[in-house]
Amino acid sequence: MDYAKKDLISINDLSKSDILYFIDTAKEFKKISLQDIKKVPTMRGKTILNLFFEPSTRTKTSFEIAQKRLSADTINLSISQSSVVKGESLSDTILNLQAMKPDAFVIRHYESGAPFFISNITNASVINAGDGINEHPTQCLLDIMTIFEHKKEIQSSKIAIIGDVFHSRVARSDIAGLSKLGAEIYLYGPQTLMPRFINSDNIKIAGSMVQAVKEADVIIMLRVQKERTAIYFIPSIEEYRTYFKLTDEILKLASKDVLILHPGPVNRDVEISGSIINSGRTAIFDQVENGIAIRMACLYILLGGRHS
Amino acid sequence: MEKLLIKNGIVVDPFTDTQVKRDIYIENGLIKDIKKEFVGASGINVINADNLYVLPGLVDMHVHLREPGFEYKETIKTGMEAAIAGGFTSICCMPNSNPANDCKEVNSFIINKAKSFDLCNVFTIGAISRNNEGLNLANIGDLKHSGAVAISDDGMPVEDSSLMARALLYAKTFDMPVISHSEDIKLRGKGIINEGIISHKLGVNGIPSIAEEIAIFRDIKLAEYFGASLHIAHVSTKSSVELIKMAKNKRINITFETCPHYFSINEDSLLSYNTNAKMNPPLRTQEDVDAIKNALREGLFDVIASDHAPHSEDEKNTTLDEAPFGIIGLETSLALTLRLYHEKYLSMLDIANLMSYNPAKILKLQNRGAIVNGNIGDITIINPEKKWTYKKENIKSLSKNSPFINKSFKGAAMYAIINGKIFKL
Repeated sequence: MDYAKKDLISINDLSKSDILYFIDTAKEFKKISLQDIKKVPTMRGKTILNLFFEPSTRTKTSFEIAQKRLSADTINLSISQSSVVKGESLSDTILNLQAMKPDAFVIRHYESGAPFFISNITNASVINAGDGINEHPTQCLLDIMTIFEHKKEIQSSKIAIIGDVFHSRVARSDIAGLSKLGAEIYLYGPQTLMPRFINSDNIKIAGSMVQAVKEADVIIMLRVQKERTAIYFIPSIEEYRTYFKLTDEILKLASKDVLILHPGPVNRDVEISGSIINSGRTAIFDQVENGIAIRMACLYILLGGRHS
Repeated sequence: MEKLLIKNGIVVDPFTDTQVKRDIYIENGLIKDIKKEFVGASGINVINADNLYVLPGLVDMHVHLREPGFEYKETIKTGMEAAIAGGFTSICCMPNSNPANDCKEVNSFIINKAKSFDLCNVFTIGAISRNNEGLNLANIGDLKHSGAVAISDDGMPVEDSSLMARALLYAKTFDMPVISHSEDIKLRGKGIINEGIISHKLGVNGIPSIAEEIAIFRDIKLAEYFGASLHIAHVSTKSSVELIKMAKNKRINITFETCPHYFSINEDSLLSYNTNAKMNPPLRTQEDVDAIKNALREGLFDVIASDHAPHSEDEKNTTLDEAPFGIIGLETSLALTLRLYHEKYLSMLDIANLMSYNPAKILKLQNRGAIVNGNIGDITIINPEKKWTYKKENIKSLSKNSPFINKSFKGAAMYAIINGKIFKL
């Protein structure tokens, strides 16, 4: 198995077997994090630039740890202290950094398509760590990895994705990735936060929370942002909580061994009852753990696997 | 329990699309039996409906009750009394009270207060935006779950198309129809009556007809694009009728309403600066009136509603500029519509559709709007030949702002039967 592309920009660029290859590779790398000495020399001498144009806790830390465990040289560019604030254009910033001969850029950007743009002007590998409302491919891979740890099959399983689907790069990547694996996807949330143009039979917009959750094998809850109230997407957080929160009661309708995921950060008791998390019924922390393995696998496949 | 037999009336039922002589037996508030001849036992109230038309209870889906906040104009109770006097068994009240009906507390207050009177049915229409200000969505889910049947910012048109778009989508989540007061408010500007020869003659600012048409076009487009359910209130112009035709031809999920004043009188009523002929949309030209009448005959409209908008005598007793928009209509709506029956623009079945079946259907009022077994016992019994004069001293509404005072009519409701309870009129 091989993966020939230089970048990981979109889940749509991966075939089903690519996805499985990334996950199989991640399974191996997961073991490293469980060792006493959590480091391998695989990526010694590789230089990786982490460019986060947007705040991030999980993803940024996860990438950095993945890089360190692979012995890569990692530089975190703090955008707020960079030339970007002096008005340097994105392409100039990248071209200057490119001259320093990095092997990879890890990009988180508030604008959709920024990593794609960057990938076209650099020879280095580019990994999309989340762009605007577009995609978050490593999150999708870690979600799939987590599902496979709990479920034998994704083919024909019912997966509910609930919340602000429209603004969610996680949802966009998950929908694309899970579709490739044959999942039946049910989306639910206020209609203002649903995608409006879906051209695939396996993706349905549920008419109610009950319809979405009923007999679901996996439920992926999405964060709703307070800012969405300001531009008419939802009336208020209070109302969101009343009608779109995953509660213990609704959860009873799901399949008995339902797997609950959330990409974080969680607004407890807005999109999901705190009690569901407290009772250990979610796999949120498995997702975080698998995130490191997936990012190690991505770096290895894009850089290490190809060049060494 | 209560047993009622309506004997020998001409039963006009939009659901079965029939108009035949039948006896209707109502027990415990529900329609129990409809047949050619019901031979009843004793202890039954009998209404002899010889030569009378028996319609499903009339629903006025566009009423302003002024409580809470403006109880000097109208209270929930006086509004209900006016409704019954006009032959209505159900009314729907718009949210522009003070505080506005934009939350479950106000909504529950209105519903509970109305229930305490044992008069007609009152259904509430919640706000689209908080305080009808057009800035944030109201808690539409809460409004639905506390009993509101639709949302609207009537009187305060939603100017921001993106707010309107999201209101349509958000309301769709809750299966809530949206009612639009379609008006380009900036284009209305300081206008107070229809812009044209009369506004020029009176030397007052006019409201161009396009202020309505542009907004209706926008709202049709929004409903079409988002596949949402929309109802356009109080249509008044000839060009708006063209837009209705376009929307109906394209089978867009949108319904249209007009009000009796738009097919009964024209802008000439304002020649004496008559503030009781000032409403919004304004009275238009005779050409517009004719277009509305023809559209009704062609079946382009779904609903006739009164837009009952009470204002006190003191408020109307001023200049045309200063007087508020609005006229009362609950007690004249049926009689004005029956004029179109006499002029052969509308059949009795049309009237039952426009004033009962369609509004009940649009607002999803369960088991109302048709005379079928099991439905709620809401019935309006009409004598189309009864002659009467609309006298100020007989008006039940707390406000008297009507251009039809002292006008003579042919046709009136004789009984309103509401949840099986008889109101003899």
